[in-house]
Parts: sequence; structure tokens; C-alpha cells
Amino acid sequence: MASSMLSLGSTSLLPREVNKDKLKLGTSGSNPFLKAKSFSRVTMTVAVKPSRFEGITMAPPDPILGVSEAFKADTNELKLNLGVGAYRTEELQPYVLNVVKKAENLMLERGDNKEYLPIEGLAAFNKATAELLFGAGHPVIKEQKVATIQGLSGTGSLRLAAALIERYFPGAKVLISAPTWGNHKNIFNDAKVPWSEYRYYDPKTIGLDFEGMIADIKEAPEGSFILLHGCAHNPTGIDPTPEQWVKIADVIQEKNHIPFFDVAYQGFASGSLDEDAASVRLFADRGMEFFVAQSYSKNLGLYAERIGAINVVCSSADAATRVKSQLKRIARPMYSNPPVHGARIVANVVGDAAMFGEWKAEMEMMAGRIKTVRQKLYDSLVSKDKSGKDWSFILKQIGMFSFTGLNKAQSDNMTNKWHVYMTKDGRISLAGLSLAKCEYLADAIIDSYHNALLYWETPIEL
Amino acid sequence: MAMAMTIRNAASRRAMNPISADFSLRSMSSWWKNVEPAPKDPILGVTEAFLADPSPDKVNVGVGAYRDDNGKPVVLECVREAERRIAGSSFMEYLPMGGSVKMVEETLKLAYGDDSEFIKDKRIAAVQALSGTGACRLFADFQKRFCPGSQIYIPVPTWSNHHNIWRDADVPQKTYHYYHPETKGLNFSGLMDDVKNAPEGSFFLLHACAHNPTGVDPTDEQWREISQLFKAKKHFAFFDMAYQGFASGDPARDAKSIRIFLEDGHHIGISQSYAKNMGLYGQRVGCLSVLCEDEKQAVTVKSQLQQLARPMYSNPPLHGAQIVSTILGDPELKSLWLKEVKIMADRIIGMRTTLRESLEKLGSPLSWEHVTKQWANTKTG
Repeated sequence: MASSMLSLGSTSLLPREVNKDKLKLGTSGSNPFLKAKSFSRVTMTVAVKPSRFEGITMAPPDPILGVSEAFKADTNELKLNLGVGAYRTEELQPYVLNVVKKAENLMLERGDNKEYLPIEGLAAFNKATAELLFGAGHPVIKEQKVATIQGLSGTGSLRLAAALIERYFPGAKVLISAPTWGNHKNIFNDAKVPWSEYRYYDPKTIGLDFEGMIADIKEAPEGSFILLHGCAHNPTGIDPTPEQWVKIADVIQEKNHIPFFDVAYQGFASGSLDEDAASVRLFADRGMEFFVAQSYSKNLGLYAERIGAINVVCSSADAATRVKSQLKRIARPMYSNPPVHGARIVANVVGDAAMFGEWKAEMEMMAGRIKTVRQKLYDSLVSKDKSGKDWSFILKQIGMFSFTGLNKAQSDNMTNKWHVYMTKDGRISLAGLSLAKCEYLADAIIDSYHNALLYWETPIEL
Repeated sequence: MAMAMTIRNAASRRAMNPISADFSLRSMSSWWKNVEPAPKDPILGVTEAFLADPSPDKVNVGVGAYRDDNGKPVVLECVREAERRIAGSSFMEYLPMGGSVKMVEETLKLAYGDDSEFIKDKRIAAVQALSGTGACRLFADFQKRFCPGSQIYIPVPTWSNHHNIWRDADVPQKTYHYYHPETKGLNFSGLMDDVKNAPEGSFFLLHACAHNPTGVDPTDEQWREISQLFKAKKHFAFFDMAYQGFASGDPARDAKSIRIFLEDGHHIGISQSYAKNMGLYGQRVGCLSVLCEDEKQAVTVKSQLQQLARPMYSNPPLHGAQIVSTILGDPELKSLWLKEVKIMADRIIGMRTTLRESLEKLGSPLSWEHVTKQWANTKTG
């Protein structure tokens, strides 16, 4: 690319008189335009004008969405897509909840208008979502201590909070789990909030490195933000026990840190909305101030409608009012006001007793299917694997995902030999697994675990 | 394993007190002591005040949302029909980061022309965006990331949120003359002077049609002159087109300024919105496009736009995009839409005439000709 830019240099250029020292095109180092500048003249007759965006390089493919693309391209009939974190039925079809279809038809019949929502979103939605999270009778709700604004699903809600942190806590750091959902670091990077990791996943036990987690939280500078997954940790599926949550709350309070919950799976982990909110409610019960980002992508299947919320629990109603106004100020130059459709669906479902009951039943069904699949996968592994390896971590994990403990080479074997598509960190989405495919998957895992290094690594000549 | 990021100094950005370091008191007091109430949004705050007003005579001429003659919000027939067709659909999976491909394709045709060579040659990097605001914000972030030394020239006056958008994207702003209070028209010579005096290669924000808030647009001839001067100065033109169809009633007519710049060889950027012309306000449907040198560059630029969207909202909302592509993808529905847009635009043009006549009838000593002149420019060649 550099040579083609220089060859244009003698005819016409972008002679940037001003700020040329600061101007860098994309990620390339020196700017070839500037080198040639001194011997060129600007003419209006030149037809070809090099673009300002000449030096822009291709962004890397998304590590999660790239998996789906590769899966689509595979023609083998045994292929299995365990990459995407979207719920599938036993027939491996996408699923729109019946209660969502009902709500949409109701909305259509009513002929709702399409006016702008206020910047903070649909009031009925904001009320419903905070009550779902904390429980309608909780003191923080009754005393109006929660600033809630509708956000663009989990991502958008996290981003609003990150922007608030950058603005009001300059220099404060966010601690994120190792590993965590890939987009967390992108969000904090783009919001210019520094971050570091706390130990979380222990590959030796394929479980939680609790001691490491507590030590790292303790070591963080006072007043750091601690990003916690409310339930169904993504990507590991490993959640702290209730006793461990108490200890986590203790150390956070001791260090005056600010908890920041990402709740993307309420209801989806255990099947119960209330049970899955237990960690968040524990912190609320203690009178702590903290953030909670919510998403309805999975539990109401509203992926594409981008519906979620950011909640900031404050120590007073006055603080909540002020915080809410500043969140609005961040949202306005990002998208002005949030999309209405998903918000109305949620408000309708939660606001009607019959529909709410139906939703709970459908959610139990979805979470139940995943639990059943987990069990079958475990049973298949145990019956097929004669090595005595302990596969029980699969049953201990919770939610859509399972961290199999497979490393990159083993994960590659899953794909290359068995046409099982998953992310390279060893994560599989059980939402994309059917009972019918459990045995096949078990074969693939056992083979990859025991033999992959033999297939794919070059032997060392001694 | 730990990865420290460079801490950014935000202290200069706004006057505020950083959180006190006295953490021993923290458990008893709020983290948010230093958060002040934000000022009410100058536009949306008007509606809040209107809603709170108990007077039966109240009139809301604040927010830019179309109303019928009874002051009621309007949902277009074509939109209702599109919704009937998509209701209960079994597709609700995530859109790609760049949004609905079909919706973007149809939207580009509106701006660039059905038979645009740029579309054929795949030279346009385009993504679905969160209405006009989201499109402007993505562009502002993109400009910051890839032309970090650049500024944005914004007309005086402009939609107030433009200032917020480029400010939050951390792009320094300058202004250019636009509105002439004495004539209540365009300050063309002031505008041209500012364009001439701006450093070569500057970024300019232009309203493609129906300038918000003045309603004052350049004539076609003036647009041609502006385009020529932009060429001489090698400026970048970013068009905010929020009212295509609404200005004259004819979407092709309203895109004239853009077409002039394209004819003259500019590589422009465009923000498009369906909030007004399809009445999809609350659905947040729009599109950001950037005309590139060639297909390869368009693919590259698009990948970077997606990279900016991913940590903001991952992927854009589906419902509004489905409505748009259903309507624009069906010849009958599209033709119904064009009729309905014309009805809305005509009603507004009729209101301008009636308002001006009423003021004159009431014997106002002031000149009110600008009220009708401000749309008349869209009709002249």
C-alpha cells in the first residue's frame, strides 16, 4: 500500500498545512503523504484524490461471531455450532417465546404510536426491570434509591456506566474476571476506563480460584470497581457459592470498592428469576452503592431488539435523581433516546399477571432444557471415557456456557476433526446442543482431550 | 495477566470535583456526593414542561415530531401494514454488527440514487445506526480515531445535540456562519468566507436539506458554489440528512445537495434517519455511510465502523430496520410511503402559508415572508 501512495505523491496529495505533526492515518506509522508534500502542488484538474482514510487497516474479525461464519461455510452434515450464545430448541432452531409473540400482537392491535421515548426510556419498563432485579418490596426500590435508565441491552447499559465512571471517577480502575466476556474490555477501552484482571478461573480444577479472586480484589486500590457476573458466568459457567458471595461482599466493603454487576442471564441460570438475583440482592441488603447492568436478550429471547437497563443503587433518593440526570446526559449524544419496541414487550409481559406467569414457565423450560443437556453430556462422557478423568465440573457449572478445560489445540481438533464449532478458549454453548447430539459431542471431547496434542503437535526429534 | 491502561486526564474536560480520597468516611456517605443535577435538555425538556402544563390551550411547538391537524402523533399506513407483515415473525436473532443488510441497501439508494455507480461499485462503507444521532456519533468517533488531529466545523445555529455528539467524541469544534438574523435567510458570503478561511482538509457538518433549526437551505446554485470551494480547499463534507422527503415532499429533490457533491467527485459521509420521514422516531433507525476510494477500502472502513459500534451497543435494534426494509423492498408499500411523505410535507408547507397569512391579517408590522421563504428555496432550481 505504501508504494501506491508514494506513486500518487507527485500529482496530488492532501497537503495538510495544519496539525501535520499530529495527524496519523490509521495505525500506520509515518505518513507517506507528508514526505512527498514538498514537491507537489494542489490542482483542481486531478481526478484521483487519495482518501483521507488510506491508512486504515482492517479490523480483526470478532472472535465469537467469526465462529458462526465458519460454521455456515462447513458442508459436513455432522457439524455442530456451539459458538453462539443464543438459545436453540432441541431441534436446534432459534426460539421466539410465545409470550413475546403474544405481546407483539397485543401491541399491534392496540396501535401504539412510535413517538420518541424520553432519554431515560420507557417508564413502565424502567419500573418493571428494577423491581424484577431487586424485588418490588426491597427498601432500595421503596425508598427510590435506584437510578434506572433503559439501555441498549447489556452492552449499551455497561457502556453508559463506563462513561459515568470515566467522567466522575477519573483514574479509577475496573477489575474484570480472568476470563470474562470478550466485549467487556472493548467497552472499558472505548470509554477510556483503565482495567485490570482478577483471578477467577482455575484450569487445574476447572473451577473457581476463590483464594486468588479474593486476594486480587483485596490488593486493588481502594475505591476500585469490581465487575461481577450476577449469575451464569460467561464464559466459564462457574459461579461463586452463596457462602463465597458473602465473603466477596465482605472484602469489597472492607476495601470500599464499588461492585458492578453484569446480569445477562437472570432466570436463565437456575430457571428462577429470584434465585438468580440472589447475589445482587445480597449486596443491596447491605446498603451498598453499586451498578447493575441488565439484559433481556437471553431470558426473553429479545436479542435483536437491544433491551436492557443500567441501575445505579445510591444511598439516597436525591443522589439517585442526580445520577439519573447525568446518565441521560451521556445517552443523549450517543443515541438520543432508546428504541421502544423491546421495552414495550418487556413492560407488557411483566405488567400482565398471566403473561408474566407464562414467561416464567417458558424460562424454566429453557433453563430446564439446558440442565437436561448438561446431565446427558456428563453421563455420556462418564460412560465413554475409561481414563477415570473427573468430568463432574460440567454438572457444577451453570447457565448457557461450559468451560470444557480444552486448550486451543484441543479446541481446534474439535473443529477440524469433529466439525464442532466453539470458541478457542474452550467454551461451548450448551444452548446450541441437543440431547440427540450429546453422545457425538462426548466422543469429540474425549478424543480431543486425550489425543489432540498427538495429532496436531510436531514431535520433537531427540 | 494484569493489564494497566494509560490513565486519561479528564480533569480539564469539565469543572467538577474529583471524588475525595478520604475513604474511611466512604461507608457512611455516598459515592455520588459530587454528582450535580444535569441541566434539562433544551429540546426534550420543552416536552417535559409541556406535559406538566395543565392549561387546555397549550401548544407544543418544541420537539420535531410530526402531528396531524388535531395535534396527534401519526403512524403511517405503510408502517402499520409493514408491522402486520412482520408481527409474530420467528426471527429475533442478533443482527450483524453492521445491522440489516437489506435495510442499508435500500437506504443507500435513497441517498445516492437508485442507479448510483457508487453502490454498483461497492464503494460505500455503510452500517445501520441508531437513527441520526447514532450515525453522527459513530462518524464522530471514527473521525476521532482515524483523523485524530482534525476538528469539525458546525453551522451557527445547528441542532443542539450536534455539539454534544462531537464533544463527547472528543473532537474539537469550530463554527461557520450560516443564519443571517437580519434577513432571516442564509448568510451565504459569511459561509463562503469561513469555508475559504478554514485550513485545507477540514471536516464540515452540512445539513442536506431542511436545516434544523432555521429551515433555511442554500439554493442549488449556492450548493454548487459551496461544492466547488470545498474542492479547492479539499474539505471533507459530512451531511446530516434527517428530513429527506420532508422538505419538498420529494425525496430525490431533497437529496440534491448530496448529488451535487457526488457529481463533483467528493468522497462524503452521510447520516440518514427514518425518525421523521417514516415516523419511526422511537424505533431509532438510521444509517451511516462513508464513500470510499474503492471496494477494498469500503470493506476496511466498514470493519472499523463496526469495531466502534461493538463496545457501544454490539448490534443495532431489529424492529425498525425490518419495518424499513419491508416498506422499501415492496414496490406498492414504497409508493404508499412516498404518497404519505408528500402528504406530511404538504401539510407543513400549508401550515407555513396559513401561519404567515394569519400573522399578516392580524396586522403585524413585522415582515413574515421568511416563514414561507424558508421552504421555498427547496423548490427553486
